[in-house]
Amino acid sequence: MTALETVKNAIKMENITKRFGSVVANRGINMELREGEILSLLGENGSGKTTLMNMLSGIYFPDEGQIYIHDQPVTIASPKDAFDLGIGMIHQHFKLVDLFTATENIILGLEGKLDRANARKKVQEICDKYGFDIDPDMKIYDMSVSQKQTVEIVKVLYRGADILILDEPTAVLTPQETEKLFAVMRNMKADGKSLIIITHKLHEVLAVSDRVAVLRKGEYIGDVATKDANQQSLTDMMVGRSVSLNIDRPLPVNVEPRVVIDGLTVFDELGVKRLDDVSFSINSGEILGIAGVAGSGQRELLESIAGLYPISSGSVLFTPPEGGEQQQLVGKDPMDIRKAGIAMSFVPEDRLGMGLVGSMGMTGNMMLRSWRKGKGIFLDRKDPEALAQRIWQELEVVTPSTSFPVRRMSGGNVQKVLVGREIAQAPSVLMTAYAVRGLDINTSYTIYNLLTEQKMQGVAVVYVGEDLDVLLELCDRILVLCGGQVSGVVDARTTDKMEVGALMTRMGGGQNNA
Amino acid sequence: MHKQSLFHISKREALPLHKALLIRGGIILLSLVFCGLVTTVLTGENPFSVYGTILDGAFGTSRRLGVTFRNVAILLGISLAVTPAFKMRFWNIGAEGQVLIGCLATTACMILLGDKIPNILVILISLIAALAAGALWGFLPAFFKAKWNTNETLFTLMMNYVATQLSAFFIIVWEVPKGAGKIGIINQTTKAGWLPELGNAYMLPILVAAIMTGVIYIYMQYSKHGYEIAVVGESQRTASYAGIKVDRVIIRTMVLSGALCSLIGFILTSGVDHTLTTTIVDGRGFTAVMVSWMSKFNPFIMIAASLLLVTMDRGATEVSSSLGLNHSFADILTGIILFFIIATEFFITYKVSLRKSGKKEG
Repeated sequence: MTALETVKNAIKMENITKRFGSVVANRGINMELREGEILSLLGENGSGKTTLMNMLSGIYFPDEGQIYIHDQPVTIASPKDAFDLGIGMIHQHFKLVDLFTATENIILGLEGKLDRANARKKVQEICDKYGFDIDPDMKIYDMSVSQKQTVEIVKVLYRGADILILDEPTAVLTPQETEKLFAVMRNMKADGKSLIIITHKLHEVLAVSDRVAVLRKGEYIGDVATKDANQQSLTDMMVGRSVSLNIDRPLPVNVEPRVVIDGLTVFDELGVKRLDDVSFSINSGEILGIAGVAGSGQRELLESIAGLYPISSGSVLFTPPEGGEQQQLVGKDPMDIRKAGIAMSFVPEDRLGMGLVGSMGMTGNMMLRSWRKGKGIFLDRKDPEALAQRIWQELEVVTPSTSFPVRRMSGGNVQKVLVGREIAQAPSVLMTAYAVRGLDINTSYTIYNLLTEQKMQGVAVVYVGEDLDVLLELCDRILVLCGGQVSGVVDARTTDKMEVGALMTRMGGGQNNA
Repeated sequence: MHKQSLFHISKREALPLHKALLIRGGIILLSLVFCGLVTTVLTGENPFSVYGTILDGAFGTSRRLGVTFRNVAILLGISLAVTPAFKMRFWNIGAEGQVLIGCLATTACMILLGDKIPNILVILISLIAALAAGALWGFLPAFFKAKWNTNETLFTLMMNYVATQLSAFFIIVWEVPKGAGKIGIINQTTKAGWLPELGNAYMLPILVAAIMTGVIYIYMQYSKHGYEIAVVGESQRTASYAGIKVDRVIIRTMVLSGALCSLIGFILTSGVDHTLTTTIVDGRGFTAVMVSWMSKFNPFIMIAASLLLVTMDRGATEVSSSLGLNHSFADILTGIILFFIIATEFFITYKVSLRKSGKKEG
């Protein structure tokens, strides 16, 4: 906008489009990174940030468009091409050999004679120059997450990268480590390197970058100099104006608490707190939306309720729809829950890794819910087969047969099989995680309608979603998670995207939920 | 310019079954032709006479025929035994030890109880002891895997050595005569603890393997256990989601797998060899792993795979004696055939196409 003519572009992307099947991940993106600046790439989950950057690092190849590096048109067909052009990407998942030292990992795969002593010296020089705090001789398995990340950064610098892309580098860091990383990033910038940092944490954007570029639903919304931006203006750009989707939303019926969660706290296997004193209730006859940036505890929350995640404290009380005694779900595994006569359906985020068996057909997957029902030691195949046939027809699943491996179906059909099966259990609670992720518009509406139908039948429906427009039009109430805490519960009919967006990043209300 | 490799490898749509079978049959023929070429080039022998000798060695006389089918039965039995574990993606390479420990338990019963109690009881107790020993050999790695996620490949491999050394120890304890370093035929005169023959010396193992084939097929395809094993093998998270107790399935399946292996061990010692040596299993515990995987865990294909391997092995002996070729030569041919068969799977699953010139730039 106010770019001086003398500033050169390190990267210029012109009209870049990338599709995955029928889903457009990036549409006609025009964006540049200037030499010697730190650019924040901001966007909600699924807005296409990582896809766009993967095209710079040679992991994906754009369907349309042209990339210029230092004003030269280039073709980046492989990660090696990207390296040769001086582009280095630091991924969220580290690619290091645990048994090797930092230096060995850094020179791994480089051509030429192996000269450890020299390499070690050069690594040390880079560390001293930018203020990295690692020991070149330390083994990776002795390192903290932050040190591993440092090795990744030194690795790309060692290979002569002058453009660095960091994919959500702060997601795994403590605030102190984040500060250290930012200091190093500023040192690199002072040395003339150009950096892109992918993030959805607004305060970090404001703290470290010179300019912010915003993506939304695969499109480039615009850019703004960081000094002219604040959290509110960035949130507005990120979530955008409400789009009318015309999802049919009848009023809730017979609302009564079905599952009451109180003070739920869980830790992951590394001892990190994933849910912190979460309390709310899931009601029958309504759809409860759960919003939040990725990794705010959505997965842990649903899995805890479903008996798949170890709960460290708190209570999950289920009230049977037909009346009767309340049941404590904490301490029950999925089989205990079913044996207690609780019809709880769960559409997990990881469809093929948790909800379905990829190598089996529709029938085999129907049996995941009914495999215990056969006589004696034998399986009953008849009922699952009939159910598979019914779902095949009613939901118009595209598959050659009910024994065709679901792994080979398209994403939308896989989800129809999963949702179809879960609804067929006649649930009293139906939890869904990212139920329409990666699906085309038509299938998405099919899913919305199915969920609304369930709600009208008195089912307590939970919808974890990432698209705020959908959450606002589909749900009756929205619970917002932020960093494992509940930052607010709002009425979906009266709230707006700004309010929810603010809660997601903890601007408005509930600053501290303690 | 869009630089990309010349070939493009992509997953195929599922081939119709008859087409896939046709390809497999063609490949086996092709491998035989190739083996013929190799034979002529390396040895100057007429390939047909080599094949003829192999077949003669395997099936030429009724005795050879019997031994071949009995060996097929033993290999098939072990292959069936390891199948549930592999279907569960539990990398059990300890079949060798699980069979051997069954042999050892049987030997112990035969030596210690033979002629002291009625023969039928000796056999029954031998069977139970063998099954228990194999079950234990399967239980240990599974328990550690389920509780502490130890590496089952290393664990089961080590259990092989434990079984071998235990056998070596007891062979010395029971050696006949003292100082011989071997046991020899156990209860040769009284035949105490020997399994009765059914018609001839070969029938019993064949019958057991045939029954096992049917039982394992039904167990894997139609039982709840089989379904649990398939789900656990595909994804433990999916299994937990479906309410399957993963730890329990792992332990139960390995106990079963180990016990079936030692059932074959029981038959080897009590019904076939009537002795114990440290090499009585003769690597078949490892060959069985290959048979099971190559057959994609289908018991009926395992029959064919076992037959192929045993035929080649039996023929090799004949080739080495009558044509004066080294015993290893038939092994080379077996290797070539296996290589062809395994490579075929790649071409059935994937399709390789030449790249058209790079996509035009946007």
